Amino acid sequence: MSGAPLLSVENLSISFGGLKVIDDVSFSLEEGGRLALIGPNGAGKTTIFNLLSGVYRQDTGHVRLGGQLIDTAPSRKRIGFGMARSFQNIRLMPHLGVVENVMLGQHSRADRPGGLLTPLSFFGRSQARAEAEALLEDMGIEVVPGQDVSTLPYGIRKKIELVRALAARPNLLLLDEPAAGLNGAETEELMAFLDRISASGVTLLVVEHDMGLVRSLCTRAVVLNFGRKIYDGPTADVQRDPLVLEAYLGPRHSDKSEASDVA
Amino acid sequence: MSGYWIGIITILSINMVFAYGIYLAVATGQLNLGGAGFQAIGAYAAAWLSAEMGMPLYVTIPASILVTALIGFAFAFPILRLKGVYLVLGTFAFAEVVVGIIINSDALGGAMGLPVPDYIDWPVPVAGAVIAALICFYIMSTRLGLVVRAVHDDDVVSDLMGVDVRLVRVAMFALGAGLAGLSGGLYAHAYTYVEVQTFNASLSIYVLLYVLLGGAQTPWGPMVGAAFFTLVPEALRSLLPELKMAVMSALGVEGTVNPPDESWRFVLLGVVTVLMMVFRSEGLVTRRLVERLSHPFRRSAAVKEAEA
Repeated sequence: MSGAPLLSVENLSISFGGLKVIDDVSFSLEEGGRLALIGPNGAGKTTIFNLLSGVYRQDTGHVRLGGQLIDTAPSRKRIGFGMARSFQNIRLMPHLGVVENVMLGQHSRADRPGGLLTPLSFFGRSQARAEAEALLEDMGIEVVPGQDVSTLPYGIRKKIELVRALAARPNLLLLDEPAAGLNGAETEELMAFLDRISASGVTLLVVEHDMGLVRSLCTRAVVLNFGRKIYDGPTADVQRDPLVLEAYLGPRHSDKSEASDVA
Repeated sequence: MSGYWIGIITILSINMVFAYGIYLAVATGQLNLGGAGFQAIGAYAAAWLSAEMGMPLYVTIPASILVTALIGFAFAFPILRLKGVYLVLGTFAFAEVVVGIIINSDALGGAMGLPVPDYIDWPVPVAGAVIAALICFYIMSTRLGLVVRAVHDDDVVSDLMGVDVRLVRVAMFALGAGLAGLSGGLYAHAYTYVEVQTFNASLSIYVLLYVLLGGAQTPWGPMVGAAFFTLVPEALRSLLPELKMAVMSALGVEGTVNPPDESWRFVLLGVVTVLMMVFRSEGLVTRRLVERLSHPFRRSAAVKEAEA
């Protein structure tokens, strides 16, 4: 892609009560790219997501999406810039049905089917419902009318959350630990699912602990530790980087000979 | 129809309109314990316009909606900054302030109340209840209704989905206040007298109970809740003496048995309320129940498929 990247994060910082949780982090992501954001627990990965989506407001720094400065926009407006996200713990609406959750994802779109006062279900299926059902089926989720979200298995709920984000037709999808809690088969299914999403032109920014998934899904990784960026490069080399090894395993383990000493 | 049943239908209709007013706020996750205050505003607006200004019904009833909705709208901005139990206390305090203002106001008759010249017969409250129900069913079937339910479930995620959470809450609170005001206007004209003692704290609690115990997930809930809590105490009025007679004769007590004290009705109602909270905490009518009743065949097919 020529020109400016789709997402650019510039010198982002935020402190909570004197603790610098994100410290001068910069990275960029080109359109159609797949970037993994990794790091040990508490490194600030989810905080980055919350800064991008506007749940928190940064102390300093800027976020640009498609060239537009979005870091001062209120959180509810940011999805309108073309950025949707999933959550670390599934946050589907428990009292909405499967299709209704997906219809909620359409809300921010300027071209969404149906106005605010258009009935969604009074006289048969509305356009909004038909579109949501088509998107679910397209993503391989069987649509049972009136189905409750809470009765579905974890893996399927995780997928539905992704479909809800896709219903907003984003350019950029932020995925917070999409494989957490999934078994091997479900993770493979998720991989295929994300491949399809990526192939349709959606840019992916993924927080994930499963290194297998990170390596096979993403070409590039940004590693955070204590709120600072310590690595930015190909996923293939990330596990050989001394700073990354130190962050995950401690200072003594970064040297191979010392590591064998301890063992 | 006998006068007794006309009275029951009138109060039942007014209670339903009132319950729908509170329901719209509760549907967005905002507990409104100031119902009596909003009903009082509507009742006094209609009563004052009718008694002092000589306005006809087709002015006083719409005015009771508009005045209350506007006050609800203005009040919603500060009050909806509060959450949870603080919001409940804030709305409760609002109702007390309204009552305090009315009681100290000479123009509104103070503690004496106001007589209302125009009388409405039962078809008007019934029409009001039907219209209130239609409005709520319509709203909850639209995208706005979907957003209302989403805000109820998770306001942070709703916000990130692009929903203006504050606008939705304020709009529903004000619209609900308007319906509560309508119930007040209907009350003023149906009883041709308003006095401030009617709009007390227990009225606010009752109407919130109609909604919560009827079920706040669907617009069926307030209807069922209002009907239940209006009709059960009436049924107990005739059932209780018979019950006492039966118990007494079973115990072998001879002679005349005095009817039990009126307050026993409320003891039993309290017991029923507690039992409902324990066994049906999401209300009598849940969304799942409505689904099951509206798609009985689809449901059984799905169950058969699962069993196969």
